[in-house]
Amino acid sequence: MARKILLVTTDQQRYDTLGCNGGTLARTPVVDRLASEGIRYERAIPQSVVCMPSRSTILTGQHPSTHGVWMNGVPLPVGAPSVASTLHDAGYRTALVGKPHFQPFLDPFLRFEENALARTGTVPRGGTHRGFEHLELATHTAAGPLHYARWLAEHHPEAVGMFYAVLDSQLEVNAAGGGDTGAPQVHVNPIERSWYHTDWVADRTIAWLDSLGAADDWFCWMSFPDPHHPWDPPQSEIGRIDWRDVPLPDGYPQSREERERILDAKPRHWRLWYDGTLVSNYEAPAAWVPATLTDDQVREVNARNAVECELIDEALGRVLAAIDARGWGDEVDVIFTTDHGELQGDFGLLFKGPYHVDGLMRLPLVWRPASSAGVAPSVVSHPVGLVGLAATCCEIAGVDVPAYVEAPALPLSDGDGRAPERVLTEWDSELFGVGVHLRTVTRDGWVCTAYAPGTVHDGTEGELYDLADDPLQRANRWDDAACRAQRDDLLDDLRVSLPPPRSPRLQLEAPV
Amino acid sequence: MTRGSVRREVRIARPAGEVWARIGDPARVQDWFVGIVDSTVDGTSRVVITGSGIPMPEEIVTCDDLQRRFQYRITAGLVREHLSTLDVHDLGDGTSLVVYSCDADPATMALVIGGAAGSALEQLRTTMEGQR
Repeated sequence: MARKILLVTTDQQRYDTLGCNGGTLARTPVVDRLASEGIRYERAIPQSVVCMPSRSTILTGQHPSTHGVWMNGVPLPVGAPSVASTLHDAGYRTALVGKPHFQPFLDPFLRFEENALARTGTVPRGGTHRGFEHLELATHTAAGPLHYARWLAEHHPEAVGMFYAVLDSQLEVNAAGGGDTGAPQVHVNPIERSWYHTDWVADRTIAWLDSLGAADDWFCWMSFPDPHHPWDPPQSEIGRIDWRDVPLPDGYPQSREERERILDAKPRHWRLWYDGTLVSNYEAPAAWVPATLTDDQVREVNARNAVECELIDEALGRVLAAIDARGWGDEVDVIFTTDHGELQGDFGLLFKGPYHVDGLMRLPLVWRPASSAGVAPSVVSHPVGLVGLAATCCEIAGVDVPAYVEAPALPLSDGDGRAPERVLTEWDSELFGVGVHLRTVTRDGWVCTAYAPGTVHDGTEGELYDLADDPLQRANRWDDAACRAQRDDLLDDLRVSLPPPRSPRLQLEAPV
Repeated sequence: MTRGSVRREVRIARPAGEVWARIGDPARVQDWFVGIVDSTVDGTSRVVITGSGIPMPEEIVTCDDLQRRFQYRITAGLVREHLSTLDVHDLGDGTSLVVYSCDADPATMALVIGGAAGSALEQLRTTMEGQR
């Protein structure tokens, strides 16, 4: 009998939303306990700051250049490598419960397998899909073809219309505001808590675990859609945190002049987005102008976000209790992380985009090895990438790490000698005439981003931050002569280390 | 932005006439366009049914066997305005270039429709070249 694996992901969650990472807003005792018993990573970095490429990296153990999902809307080929397939082949029972997003969601033709599956059940045709033998899928809303939406429509049809409309009449990400402050994507959702997708994901995970035999080895990817916007947790829960009591983020530039001074020192698309003159990616509401963001809106967004983080923590607690009740408590490795972060007020901005800074790049990551493994608790300060999760799962299972995987397993401590020398992050987007391309290396306490030529960049721009002296990345030192040697060394390393791009390039097939 | 334009193309190692015979018949769109499960044609009107069960009424604007050009508009549903154009070009060497262009308002639908068409054409290429 091998160690069992519960991989828990959330969507668009910041590092500082967990108590164990110093967060003070959301109470997250379940993850905090996992961190105290296991390994807490202080700088876990995604290989992309949007969902589809990042999730594809978690599944394949490959960088976006290799798996080919270069932006949201590019589907990961069904035959792509998958750690779930590797584990299934090794005898593991496998399930994915919650948000998949390896294929586009906006799919009126219902031509993608993950969107079509709910019509026929939870077992894919052919026995597995990407190595998962059981899939029960959900996203941020009650609309669409996935299992959660169908379940809600069947059992609680009155609740379907309670959620925020993720898209507007233009089929763009909705900019409509709500709550007390009119913040974009904030909405009062009167749905009963037990019907909300966070609890549904936990319920369906528990149901699948209950279906297994006591001696089964299993790998379950439990994938919560929250705390990704819309920020519309059940109304019954929003009183947990009064937004009026929420402090503004560390380093939050309260004056317009300060915001603009900081943004003007960064490559030009930052300021263009802030002013509302350029929206380079689909993930941010096209009709929303960041310069209109108010301090109170930041407070309310962060309050709602924190409520969603608390609900996730409580849902995870229920799943862990169910695992204990099955007698598996000593045999289960739990990994908790997210796919990417959220700006959530940093620099006066919300949402995400081609911005390789901590809000989007510094992620929560906790690995609590099974107690039977005898791994000592630790804190890893060295940067690690989500690209290492696939090898980590193989190592837990005692399976040889497959050749398709591009990164070794996560280090168990700073001193165990297997932390990666560098972590790479990529961004590419080309949408309706706007192309933006970033390549980033995090190494030796620096974050260096090079911009390839695109619609608004000529290939000379970049960002360079010293994480020790400038933890909030407010001072771009790209053009600082005193840092030139450091910058050039990082750029050389970036060029040598990036995998070659997949050829031919996969096609963009939908906006998201 | 409210309007978008998307183009997808695929080169197929089969003669243009053969390719046109597969994709130029408006009543057989479900045979090659993955995600369309049924269609009915009545004069210049066509209604296709998508895989999610959505009926999509369309107006056939052009169906020209000489130019090997097919154009249609979606007239209701998710688009305010739409025109798609499918051209099959003879490359003169026994192969053909199929170009699908989609203009739509809202822009998002241009990518959804054009993206689906591009994927369908890739599968058509695989199928037709595999039949040699």
